[in-house]
Amino acid sequence: MKFRHAKLLLLVALAVSLLVSLFASQINPYALFIFYNIGINIILAVSLNLINGYTGQFSLGHAGFMAVGAYTAAVITNQFGAVNPVASEALFLSALLAGGLVAAMVGLLVGLPTLRLKGDYLAIVTLGFGEIIRVIFQNMNAVGAARGLSVMHGWTNCFWVFGFAALTVYVVTALVHSTYGRGFIAVRDDEVAAEAMGINTTKYKVTAFVIGAFFAGIAGGLYAHAIQFLTPGGFGFMLSITFVVMVILGGMGNTPGVIFAAALLTLMPEGLRKLAGYPHLGWIGDTRMIIYSLLLIVLMLTRPQGLFTWRQKYKGAAP
Amino acid sequence: MTANNATENSLLRTARVTIRFGGLTAVSNLDLEIGRNELVGLIGPNGAGKTTVFNLITGVYQPTEGGIFFDGQSITGSKAYRITARGIARTFQNIRLFPSLTAFDNVRTAFHLHLQGDVRHALWRGRSFWDEEERIGEQVLELLEIFHLGKFRDAPARSLSYGDQRRLEIVRALAARPKLLLLDEPAAGMNSSEKTDLMRLIQFIKGKFQISVLLVEHDMQVVMGICERIAVLDYGVKIAEGRPDEVRRNPKVIEAYLGENP
Repeated sequence: MKFRHAKLLLLVALAVSLLVSLFASQINPYALFIFYNIGINIILAVSLNLINGYTGQFSLGHAGFMAVGAYTAAVITNQFGAVNPVASEALFLSALLAGGLVAAMVGLLVGLPTLRLKGDYLAIVTLGFGEIIRVIFQNMNAVGAARGLSVMHGWTNCFWVFGFAALTVYVVTALVHSTYGRGFIAVRDDEVAAEAMGINTTKYKVTAFVIGAFFAGIAGGLYAHAIQFLTPGGFGFMLSITFVVMVILGGMGNTPGVIFAAALLTLMPEGLRKLAGYPHLGWIGDTRMIIYSLLLIVLMLTRPQGLFTWRQKYKGAAP
Repeated sequence: MTANNATENSLLRTARVTIRFGGLTAVSNLDLEIGRNELVGLIGPNGAGKTTVFNLITGVYQPTEGGIFFDGQSITGSKAYRITARGIARTFQNIRLFPSLTAFDNVRTAFHLHLQGDVRHALWRGRSFWDEEERIGEQVLELLEIFHLGKFRDAPARSLSYGDQRRLEIVRALAARPKLLLLDEPAAGMNSSEKTDLMRLIQFIKGKFQISVLLVEHDMQVVMGICERIAVLDYGVKIAEGRPDEVRRNPKVIEAYLGENP
């Protein structure tokens, strides 16, 4: 695939999400919220896939970047009371972008010193970073500390969620499908050889990290304005692990697979919750998370290379 | 130690280069010079420091003392990717391709150095982006065809045979358009007819691309067969240098390889 009609596809995706958002009032709010979560998780998983999957830098800090974006965007929009619909959309977009940019800056600050580390060491450092972010918010009285922060406006809608999801997929795919972008995979495959081929590996790693953090920040802002209440505890490292699982399940460096895995892992707990509502299946309600974990174990054992990686057997790991 | 006293014809010059790892002096006071369009061999017994010299020249290691000059400028202490951009490309003793990338993409990564556009180019995907990608694609295919690797263009590098991987690694290095190509034991693991092919290939590369080649090799058949000049390392010290027939008869070299004459 040469990804030639990428811009057209992006426009189509934007138009479709706009169209769906016009009919959003017909959908029941619970389903809509799950729908938002799918889109938000796609943004997070696909952006993490650029770092973990394509560039091969094992980061466990994605929830941290998401938290930075969520709090930044929420603090900005909370400054404003009731505004007219047009102004609210513009304000929301600016708040989201601000959240993304702040997260990207944090990504740069964290990435520059830590990306010299490899594998397990980088994982531990990024994990520590995520925890630091959480603890900072937990002790910051201006954003409600451990009590949490109410987000006044529920501005998240289908257009913004799936528009940004489409943009994330576009950016990651467009980057990787170029001579420039093959450098990310080169860094993952063999850093010494990449350096010997004239690739500035540090710059590539930091670029992946910053772009990944930017979209995680955007996703955080969308999440904040969907759930309308933020607690620092919600951005623990288990959340980062969830995103990593989505990437691994979808197949490292396989964007379509990761999109599918993000949707699947968002739906699975909800589907189990639904099942528990049927007669004789009440026990599922109590053991829901155990079943979820067991399903993960089974999936990992049967498809360790990712759900969809077979498709690319002859094309190399990257689509 | 200025670059200016190098002769006009010199491409690479190491001046009293020394590197120590803790108490071990891996390379000591090495003076080595490679001229333009010259094929030089670097030989020596196991552990003599040959690959260390490669790693010094390509910036993987920084010398403890001494300087390295390329094309009239010092590259001492430069980062590896900068040195490649200056025009030194290499292969590795144990092949280091990008295993999950296709043969085509392996070569394509080297064109990264000559890209006009950057991230924004790749994201916007305008006309100039596609023109450039197309041009690069043609050049990659042309290179692959020269080395009879065209049929593997869409195969991941890890699926290629050993000999094809060796050749692909050379093609990738050439795609960086070097002035100096460093080959680290290209004949390792090859049988005698493959070695003959390799010798032809190296001479062909030197002629076609008008570049200098520094060859580290164990195999005497290959080194003696094609090198115009040979330097011999033993325990990190250069013990001999000269034309193949001179080196072959040098008693110091014989001693280093076979032990002292009883």
